[in-house]
Amino acid sequence: MNAPLNISRRTFIKASALVVGGLVIAFTIPHAKRFLLPGATPDAAKDDAKKLPTPNAFLRVGTDNTITVMLAHSEMGQSIWTTLPMLIAEELDADWSKIKVEHASAAPEYAHTAYGMQITGGSSTTWSEFDRYRQAGALTRALLVSAAAKQLGVPVESIKTENGFVISGDNKISYGDLAEAAAKIETPKAVTLKDPKDWKVIGKATKRLDGPEKINGTAIFGQDIHFDGLMTAMVARSPVFGGSVKKFDATAAKKIKGVHQVVQVPTGVAVIADNYWAAKKGREALQIDWDLGPNAGLDSKALLVEFRKMAKTPGLIAAKAGDNKTAMPKAEKFLEAEYALPYLAHSPMEPLNCSVKIDKDTCEIWTGTQMQTTDQQAAAKILGLKPEQVKIHTLFLGGGFGRRANPYADFVSEAVHVAKAAGVPVKTVWSREDDVKGGYYRPMYLHKAKIGLDANGMPAAWEHTAVGQSIIVGTPFEAFMIKDGIDATSVEGTADSPYLKSVPNYHVSLHTAKIGIPVLWWRSVGHSHTAFVMESLIDELAHTAKEDPLEYRRILLKDHPRHLAALNLAAEKADWGKPLPKGIFRGIAVHESFGSYVAQVAEVSVVAGAVKVHRMVSAIDCGLAVNPDSLKAQMESSISFGLGAAMQSEITFKDGMVQQSNFHDYQVMRMASMPKVEVYIVQSPEKMGGVGEPGLPPVAPAVTNAIFAATGKRIRTLPISNQLA
Amino acid sequence: MIILNINGKEQKLDAPDDMPILWALRDVAQLTGTKFGCGMAQCGACTIHLDGQAIRSCITPVSAAVGKKITTIEDIHNDKVGQAVQAAWSEIDVVQCGYCQSGQIMAATALLATNKKPTDADIDAAMNGNICRCGTYPRIRAAIHSAATKLA
Repeated sequence: MNAPLNISRRTFIKASALVVGGLVIAFTIPHAKRFLLPGATPDAAKDDAKKLPTPNAFLRVGTDNTITVMLAHSEMGQSIWTTLPMLIAEELDADWSKIKVEHASAAPEYAHTAYGMQITGGSSTTWSEFDRYRQAGALTRALLVSAAAKQLGVPVESIKTENGFVISGDNKISYGDLAEAAAKIETPKAVTLKDPKDWKVIGKATKRLDGPEKINGTAIFGQDIHFDGLMTAMVARSPVFGGSVKKFDATAAKKIKGVHQVVQVPTGVAVIADNYWAAKKGREALQIDWDLGPNAGLDSKALLVEFRKMAKTPGLIAAKAGDNKTAMPKAEKFLEAEYALPYLAHSPMEPLNCSVKIDKDTCEIWTGTQMQTTDQQAAAKILGLKPEQVKIHTLFLGGGFGRRANPYADFVSEAVHVAKAAGVPVKTVWSREDDVKGGYYRPMYLHKAKIGLDANGMPAAWEHTAVGQSIIVGTPFEAFMIKDGIDATSVEGTADSPYLKSVPNYHVSLHTAKIGIPVLWWRSVGHSHTAFVMESLIDELAHTAKEDPLEYRRILLKDHPRHLAALNLAAEKADWGKPLPKGIFRGIAVHESFGSYVAQVAEVSVVAGAVKVHRMVSAIDCGLAVNPDSLKAQMESSISFGLGAAMQSEITFKDGMVQQSNFHDYQVMRMASMPKVEVYIVQSPEKMGGVGEPGLPPVAPAVTNAIFAATGKRIRTLPISNQLA
Repeated sequence: MIILNINGKEQKLDAPDDMPILWALRDVAQLTGTKFGCGMAQCGACTIHLDGQAIRSCITPVSAAVGKKITTIEDIHNDKVGQAVQAAWSEIDVVQCGYCQSGQIMAATALLATNKKPTDADIDAAMNGNICRCGTYPRIRAAIHSAATKLA
């Protein structure tokens, strides 16, 4: 861990003096790791790799002693605004009270170290930046120490650093006082990172740095941008996906006070006004004749019938072992089940918005985004600019959950079109109804399984077919995330299930349905449906085999120590097997996603058909927990998000139109339904995983397994809604 | 032009009578701490105080605020209860994305102003209209209890 890292080979580093004084540290990602999006040629990417756009820093030491950390990823609640600075502060021995944080601009330097583009997703920020941000801290410390050694005429070895100061004997110099001198020091070829036993910051529960401004109302989200001349736009979009404007009459809209312009854009008709209220009234006054297009007959009930038909035939093979044809007939007992999950909207609290200012050779964008690279490229393409001519100011995201990482850059592209057509700077804003009806949903899925049990009650043959839309088809990710026709995100959690490893014969197949409903990754992506199905099926098998659900899992997972560690810790803390108050029942589930292993035990009561979740006990093995408190917060968050969806959320279609519109009919978790949550962390030396999403997948099955324990009724369709009434 | 008393100051705003207070605050007075979440009093992100009462500013027209006192998140630290609530929010480290928190703090402050020692059931009733998609509910509950203790 503390071996010197050869930085020059791994990354290209440049330290340079900043105009305002101080020290700037920048790293670039080797060209080989760059993600090549359509339109980007290898040569162009190579040229890009040589450039260092401004500002390209990860870290800035100011002469006023401030340490400004630039975030390559977006803060959307997951607390990387604090976690990434912790990595730098650790190696830099910084004064924590002097840390300031900024979102970085959109530039190749900030490409994800594993994904090669600027993206916040996949619960990957902390593990993917663990080395890079520590290196930035260590390198900066080395430069400051060298500058001090030179100034004091003492050997580097005689110097120690502490709380923002370089100390040598009786001499104590602040980092700020050394910043300019350090900027002139030649960058070392390698730096040594601290031994974990010397960590003072990493692993300590640390309060959020963005807490104060989010408590006093001064935090700036995309929605909060104001500058002179910035207009507000609302777009009237087709009521059916894939529809288009035949003709429109803006006469009445233009008469609304505060409405300035009405322009047509590829997604519909935009009303540009002084403010939201005028734009909304203007939009309501528009007369639009829509060509509803090919999806006017969409009906989710009919879709499910269609999915059921498809599930009767095997799809493309995603995973296979042994021979089901001969093994299945030999089974002693059988379990056959069909599971269905609905379309889901992300519905972050901050409705989508994007402000765009276009000048002759530049475009500036202010928004909360999880995917700067595609946004920048899309804007550049629309305007005939080069990506580097598009400057993206990432602001706090009022929630993301995947919705703000759009491979089509939908809300950014639309806003650029609006500003281009209007010829003035415009903030395009979405209403809540626009958000709920606007697509990019977690796709609806149907799973069908037939499982043969052997004489010991263990699965011996497993036939599994899933039907649903692919998130990846048609996106720039298709080239490397779809293999042999299988979208990896459609079968994550099934094809690679640890349970199947102990089943001698299995066959997991996939039908990718082609439907004109925009779909996208929704917190925990494929795991949001596969964990529900797998953990329910395992529970069904345990009951079929008359075995305790925990013991049954332990047998099947005996060669999966990280699953077992989470499972055992949650079971222990929840007093699994011990008596409960009358009317309360337990359910358990465990699932790995994004490199972390999470078990949940739910305590549930069902009274007169009403389900109440009283307590959720969670255990996670994510390897090192950099900030244990923000990890706990993410588990609480995942439980809220997952439980709300499992209990009540669904997007349905009739006559091509989304039937829900706002929080009264797209129901999510609220205070009164939130259970008590306990989070336990497995002390684990294993590889780091994510924490933003892995808490979610086991929530729904833990609850429905508890419902089965309470009522004997197996919930195979989500949401639970009023199925028990 | 309409005259509103916002955070103790009379302000002349170019807002039509039917404009919700939310948009007068955000788009006209440029006080952006109060958030837009749903536009139909379903999520509570826009919660402000009108003469000390928590209201949903997204459905309340400016005409209803004439002659009354509007208090927003920007000024709630000048209120003893509001200050205690904000301190508790900090102590428990409640926030995540933070977008709903102005509304949560305003709703919690209104609760504690009238109910010095709310039970869990009181908190459920008072806070159920404030959605947090990040699920900070357990911490909000803990922070309200903590603020109540500190104020006692």
